Amino acid sequence: MTALVVVSGGLREPSSTRLLADQIEAAVRAELARANSPATSSVIELRPLGRAIMDAMLSGFPSKELEAVFQQLAEADGLVAVTPAFNASFSGLFKSFFDVLPQETLSEMPVLIAATGGTERHSLVLEHALRPMFSYLHAIVSPTGVYAATTDFGSQTGVTERIHKAANDFSRLLQACGTRKRRDVFTEEVSEMTRLLASTKTGDAYGSSEPAG
Amino acid sequence: MSGMQFGIFTVGDVTTDPTTGSTPSEAERIKATVRIALKAEEVGLDVFATGEHHNPPFVPSSPTTFLGYIAARTQRLILSTSTTLITTNDPVKIAEDFCVLQHLSDGRVDVMLGRGNTGPVYPWFGQDIRAAVPLTVEHYTLLRRLWREEVVDWEGQYRTPLHGFTLAPRPLDGIAPFVWHGSIRTPEIAELAAYFGDGFFANHIFWPPSHTRRLIELYRQRFDHYGHGSADQAIVGLGGQVFMRRNSQDAVREFRPYFDHAPVYGNGPSLEEFTAQTPLTVGSPQQVIDRTLGFRDYAGHYQRQLFLIDHAGLPVKTVLEQLDLLGEEVVPMLRKEFQIGRPDHIPDAPTHESFVAGQQR
Repeated sequence: MTALVVVSGGLREPSSTRLLADQIEAAVRAELARANSPATSSVIELRPLGRAIMDAMLSGFPSKELEAVFQQLAEADGLVAVTPAFNASFSGLFKSFFDVLPQETLSEMPVLIAATGGTERHSLVLEHALRPMFSYLHAIVSPTGVYAATTDFGSQTGVTERIHKAANDFSRLLQACGTRKRRDVFTEEVSEMTRLLASTKTGDAYGSSEPAG
Repeated sequence: MSGMQFGIFTVGDVTTDPTTGSTPSEAERIKATVRIALKAEEVGLDVFATGEHHNPPFVPSSPTTFLGYIAARTQRLILSTSTTLITTNDPVKIAEDFCVLQHLSDGRVDVMLGRGNTGPVYPWFGQDIRAAVPLTVEHYTLLRRLWREEVVDWEGQYRTPLHGFTLAPRPLDGIAPFVWHGSIRTPEIAELAAYFGDGFFANHIFWPPSHTRRLIELYRQRFDHYGHGSADQAIVGLGGQVFMRRNSQDAVREFRPYFDHAPVYGNGPSLEEFTAQTPLTVGSPQQVIDRTLGFRDYAGHYQRQLFLIDHAGLPVKTVLEQLDLLGEEVVPMLRKEFQIGRPDHIPDAPTHESFVAGQQR
């Protein structure tokens, strides 16, 4: 069973960002079902987490509520990330969420990127903002993203086809990547120290004998 | 002194008092810290620890100079740090400074080592923050040898080699100052402390208890793994942050502007959220007692409790009043209550005398 998580950075209700996110999620699940690879999915809406995200940024630690969301994302096999385009980039809230997300949470995670905007002129936000950020976070970004402008929601502009194309690419990527092996930075850091200590030929505690083990 | 040690630790920040707009001079802050340290002994606390910083708005750049002055004016107080930067200080200088302090204070010294998380301090002292972890290990293993071996021949990656080097003065009674390793977040430090059987001090101020619990569990389990004793015999210290008035509403009302304007807390979670999510306690002495006793639920029986009480622009008069409350009400009750149900095999907090006694046995 593939665990999909959708992150939606839409601000209003109803939100065209959430609408796009839902359409992509449904399309990906349909593709996976066709390939006999069923999926579960859950949605993380960022707006209700707005204060928690900023508190984590300022205090350095997440609230319980935000920590649970981080956990949900860490356990995913794939991510669909959708943001509104603001000022030639992702929204600040969307970026802030990924700024406070613990290191390596997204490493080796397949990600489908998508964005909404007022006009189609902003569509390269996918390639100039989202793709490099997720690459930097060591995610595996699916080659096809989806950009939907306001006009896409009411005309024959081919957004449905684009969603299906993106979902098809993403589902093949998910199947190829398989169940994701999670990174545990806490344990990795301890192991690194254990290795360093083992490589030093030092004395032991209280200056008497060699450490056992 | 048996069982646990109680004391205070200071960051040494020069911060404008948000309620009056007045900012102490560096001289005033340093002298205020002297008054606070002396008062700690006067009210019966066991430990005073100072931070180390090398940039404004902080004043404690030379902790052993400061602690030497305090040593001359106290009789019982244990002098410590929170923390001494093992990365950017020369381990030879750390070894020397703390040995001199040991002799001056008749052994009333221990040291808490930390890596330091102010990026530019590393290059200012000729180091690279990206190498902080291997640098910590190399410097610390050298420091241990300097305190334990008569003649040291040493070569490493980050410091000039030493050939035929003998530390002078040697540690008092041939006993190295006890070492705590302080950590806010990083599990590597728990592993380092466990490996050597040193103390592990969890900052316990900036992060929720669930995080502290995980670090301490790791340290205890690894302490056992490396053969220093059972997990519950590992030497644990905790930070904590309190503000007290007899009436808890008065405490909240008085502390709120300091919290709201504190460089580390301001404009983030509210005082109420922060007290719910972290060990910060603002209230009556009884609330502080109850909260602090609760630390044992996730840290186990532990050896040292330090409180942060003098930051964010709080006037020295207020800080001295906090010390009165700690000394008169909080610490006597904590000593008594923490002793209840504490099994005999749990070690007391280590002191120079305890190591001397150990040598003689």
